[in-house]
Amino acid sequence: MSAQVQFSDVTLGYDRHPAVHHLTGEIASGALLAVIGPNGAGKSTLFRGLVGILRPLAGAILTGAVDARDIAYLPQSADIDRSFPISVFDFVGTGLWRTTGVFGGIGRAARDRIARALAAVGLTGFENRGIGTLSGGQMQRLLFARVLLQDARLIVLDEPFNAIDAKTSADLMALVEHWHAEQRTVIAALHDMDLVRHHFPDTLLLAREPVAWGATAEVLTADNLSAARRMCEAFDERAAACHVDPVSSKAA
Amino acid sequence: MIHDALIAPFTDFAFMRRALAAVIALSLGGAPIGVFLMLRRMSLVGDAMAHAILPGAAIGFLLSGLNLFAMTTGGLIAGFAVALLAGLVSRSTGVKEDASLATFYLASLALGVTIVSIKGTNVDLLHVLFGNILAMDDPTLLLVAINATITLLVLALIYRPLVIESVDPLFLRTVSRAGGTAHLVFLALIVVNLVSGFQALGTLLAVGLMILPAGIARFWSRDITPMICIAVVSAIVSGYVGLVLSFQTRIPTGPAIILVAAALYAASVLFGSVGGMVRQLFPAPHLEA
Repeated sequence: MSAQVQFSDVTLGYDRHPAVHHLTGEIASGALLAVIGPNGAGKSTLFRGLVGILRPLAGAILTGAVDARDIAYLPQSADIDRSFPISVFDFVGTGLWRTTGVFGGIGRAARDRIARALAAVGLTGFENRGIGTLSGGQMQRLLFARVLLQDARLIVLDEPFNAIDAKTSADLMALVEHWHAEQRTVIAALHDMDLVRHHFPDTLLLAREPVAWGATAEVLTADNLSAARRMCEAFDERAAACHVDPVSSKAA
Repeated sequence: MIHDALIAPFTDFAFMRRALAAVIALSLGGAPIGVFLMLRRMSLVGDAMAHAILPGAAIGFLLSGLNLFAMTTGGLIAGFAVALLAGLVSRSTGVKEDASLATFYLASLALGVTIVSIKGTNVDLLHVLFGNILAMDDPTLLLVAINATITLLVLALIYRPLVIESVDPLFLRTVSRAGGTAHLVFLALIVVNLVSGFQALGTLLAVGLMILPAGIARFWSRDITPMICIAVVSAIVSGYVGLVLSFQTRIPTGPAIILVAAALYAASVLFGSVGGMVRQLFPAPHLEA
């Protein structure tokens, strides 16, 4: 399979301090990739760069034929105003943005798709409830339904199973496997190693710098994991400029 | 008797009819804007913008006297300048919108008061601060009506991105660039409606007919569409009752309208079906599932 995403010596960070340092590699089209690593390893930063809301400090992220609208992104702490008076149906419906845009109508076909997406995450019957009335797990199901409707080639899930009970994460994991079966590329940041071992063929172990990247069984070794823990060193306010990379290419 | 009190003022006097038409136009444009201001936690932003308009209106006044067109144009320019500058500064530097707006509106207000006090008289100052809805001439009324029409049309155009940007801004950023545009256009609509309200209610109370109806609507509905309708209706009712009240008593018109709206708000806080205090004191029994 051809590469869907290429990282070419990417450095991502905030205020010149790198959070992901010199990452090079590629994600094949249709891959199911787990990104693991300690807190502060740069997983979320990598995703923010990948979906285009954070510009790389150096290097480039090439998403090839996939444009920004073909990426579905589920952030770790979604910045959602849950007190806003919008119904579950309307909220999930925003996932159809790519087909409806600013003015497009929601016809019968679209309504059916929304209903099927809600059914797929087990939220049938909640259509007219306000989003403020949902529990944490129901909210996560709702966000998965929206990702489902986005119908994207590349799906980026940032710690989707945090604070989610076993039943809900099993249901949602089934959806992820379904997307994988549909040849979509799915990348997920995770902390549950058992889940990674059982469901994800490929793994990237990140600790600011890539520690290991490849088949899950080869990445998840005791040596690699302890190396990752050591490498997440403390933030250095007075760190010197990095000179490792001589030809820093401008981000596209 | 009832006819004399409630209808006769409008059939007998043209200035009352114009005032009523103005208040209806203001309600149609301003109340939906107010609902979005409230839902986006920007209620006080409207207040700040109202102050920001002052120097523009004052310069218009300096150049051509008490000419409402000149003052409106000046107000529009000043309001747009402050709104766009504040919006751009907060979007490009990460300074919170309220902080950058506060800076701009305070500078603008100081400038406005300076300009008015250099040339104006006390009467002019009173007119600028409190407006005079009973002195609406036809061009001004037309302007207010045009502003309301523009507001409703533009709001319809930006409605979807504006709602999504209010609920989940990060999501909108990942699927579209419409969010930034919608936000800036929304700020411009606030200015347009403030300038309209400014003729009728003055700089200080112009926001009243936007925010108070939105506050009322919040106590009667959980969904945004009925919320907007309730806000518009309660703004119109406040305007009508305020005009009648002011006609029959010595209460000035602008404050009368806002006081009626405040009374409706108080009633909504007490008896509203969504989170009203009485409803909370005597809750209906909980459901089985």
